[in-house]
Amino acid sequence: MLRIDDLRVNYGGIEAVKGISIEVPEGEIVTLIGANGAGKSTTLRSVAGLVKPASGSIAFKGEDITANSPNSIVSKGITLVPEGRRVFPDLTVFENLKIGAYLRKDNLDKDINWVYELFPRLKERSWQAAGTLSGGEQQMLAVGRALMSRPKLMMMDEPSLGLAPLIVKGIFEIIKEINRQGVTILLIEQNANMALQIADTGYVLETGRLTMKGAGKALLSDEAVRKAYLG
Amino acid sequence: MKQKSKQSMTATIVLAAVFALVILLEQVIKPTDPAAMLLTVLKKGSVYALVAVSMNLLNGFTGLFSLGQAGFMLLGAYAYAIFTIPAADRATVYRYYDCVVNFSFPEVFGNAIGGLGFILGWIIAVILAGLVAAGVAFLIGLPVLRLKSDYLAIATLGFAEIIRAIFQWGRLGPVTNGSNPLKSYIRLNSFQLRLGDFTLSLTTFVPMLMAAVCIGVIIMLVNSSYGRAFKAIREDEIAAEAMGISLYKHKQLSFCISSFFAGVGGAMLAMFAGTVQANNFKAAMTYELLLIVVLGGIGSISGSCIGAMLFIAASEWWLRGLDSGVFMGIQAPNVFRNGFRLVVFSVVIMAVVLFFRKGIMGDKELPDLVRRIRAKLGGKQKAGESNG
Repeated sequence: MLRIDDLRVNYGGIEAVKGISIEVPEGEIVTLIGANGAGKSTTLRSVAGLVKPASGSIAFKGEDITANSPNSIVSKGITLVPEGRRVFPDLTVFENLKIGAYLRKDNLDKDINWVYELFPRLKERSWQAAGTLSGGEQQMLAVGRALMSRPKLMMMDEPSLGLAPLIVKGIFEIIKEINRQGVTILLIEQNANMALQIADTGYVLETGRLTMKGAGKALLSDEAVRKAYLG
Repeated sequence: MKQKSKQSMTATIVLAAVFALVILLEQVIKPTDPAAMLLTVLKKGSVYALVAVSMNLLNGFTGLFSLGQAGFMLLGAYAYAIFTIPAADRATVYRYYDCVVNFSFPEVFGNAIGGLGFILGWIIAVILAGLVAAGVAFLIGLPVLRLKSDYLAIATLGFAEIIRAIFQWGRLGPVTNGSNPLKSYIRLNSFQLRLGDFTLSLTTFVPMLMAAVCIGVIIMLVNSSYGRAFKAIREDEIAAEAMGISLYKHKQLSFCISSFFAGVGGAMLAMFAGTVQANNFKAAMTYELLLIVVLGGIGSISGSCIGAMLFIAASEWWLRGLDSGVFMGIQAPNVFRNGFRLVVFSVVIMAVVLFFRKGIMGDKELPDLVRRIRAKLGGKQKAGESNG
């Protein structure tokens, strides 16, 4: 579904991504794991069109989207749940969700209900300013907001960041549920253990290069990965 | 949904009542009465309210800190004046130049269709004033809107000063009348209907209606999906972009719409003042507007309106006595002299900014406040009932 070929991205004067190739098959959960500064976020941001790659190509459903603008990428069905959640703090939960569907002109009620079904907590807080939500609720909102664009591929940047273990577990349950409902997921995580447990395929990134690829479960039991990322 | 329509019903009724009251007051109050100041405040206040709301759209809702408002008002004022000076008066107005524009919209349409055409021509001139400002804003926006906040403020401030200088330039005299004032165009005082012996004065009603219509349009915009996109950009540009909101396009849109209404406000100011001169549109005017926006509450439209009325009332009316020796029964001619009003005014403003950090309204609107007070009272009543 998504094919990244020999992607190179310069970010802040250094080459953050040094030629990586990733394939995300339809219906799967694919995860990129790696330490800080491995180039995970930069990869996602260039798929979303927020950063322009120096070379390489990104194709979605066989169509080249390397040079596309962020809004055309969203309207093709790729959405990004940004790192640190980045909900709109002074707007209500409901308004946040509506902004997620900004590029759609059709009826939103069905999708809002869908998001509220996935996250009953958001329904209770519908008229509350998003900035007053707890960290876990904000993460739910960030995911819900991304779902409002009816994505075919949802990219998530560190959804577990700064959340309590129990909340993280809940978030990963929801990710699995969303995937079951037909959304392909590209997930990047420092919490390698959790990510590999739910992923069909995993990639390991080190300072801008791919060092390993395999099924999620296989990587989980791999000695080198265990040593480096699972402790 | 039902609640919303009920709310807009209430708003319409309140607005209609206010307008009816204004029309009534206008007939009753004679120009020599002390209360005539009230009408002046309402007139000038509506102009400032409109421009402050337009500035709030940009600064408060889109998060773009721009200081070019006076420049766009100038463009609007000139565009309006140039196209409504009657052909017969042009020679006297443009005494030192050969006037290039030799027609006025109200006359052209008035001669073609009659009385209503006159009003149509006037409306076209007002809209043209907005369009000129919006058009120039678009051109300025092309390079400037790619700048980050502080630089944007400096660039727009600079632009306003440049515009002011250009309009006073002698070479442009045939259009702008150089540094001489434009006058004899349609002013607020022209809005008096003669019905037999009785003259129906609409000189306060007309600017208030214009401001109300324009502010109504801005409210609808803010509550639309575009308004949501503006707010998203204000809150978090990166997240907004990730949601598929094109940053540049929406900033440009907000900038042009804000300038359009600043241009209309400029036309209204021209109608209020009676003469237009580039030198009156100084940066100080932008600061006054910024002050109103901050006082009223950044991101609150009703706050900007209240702020504008209070500001104009204080500076034109309530604190006037401080300049002339007598203020609220206190006589102190040695202290109360020209300029003292501004000193007191600055102190008052400092106090407000210190103690009402978020302005009068914060980012709430008047209906929110009414609802909250009502809820509080209702809650108390219920509590009282259960106690009794």
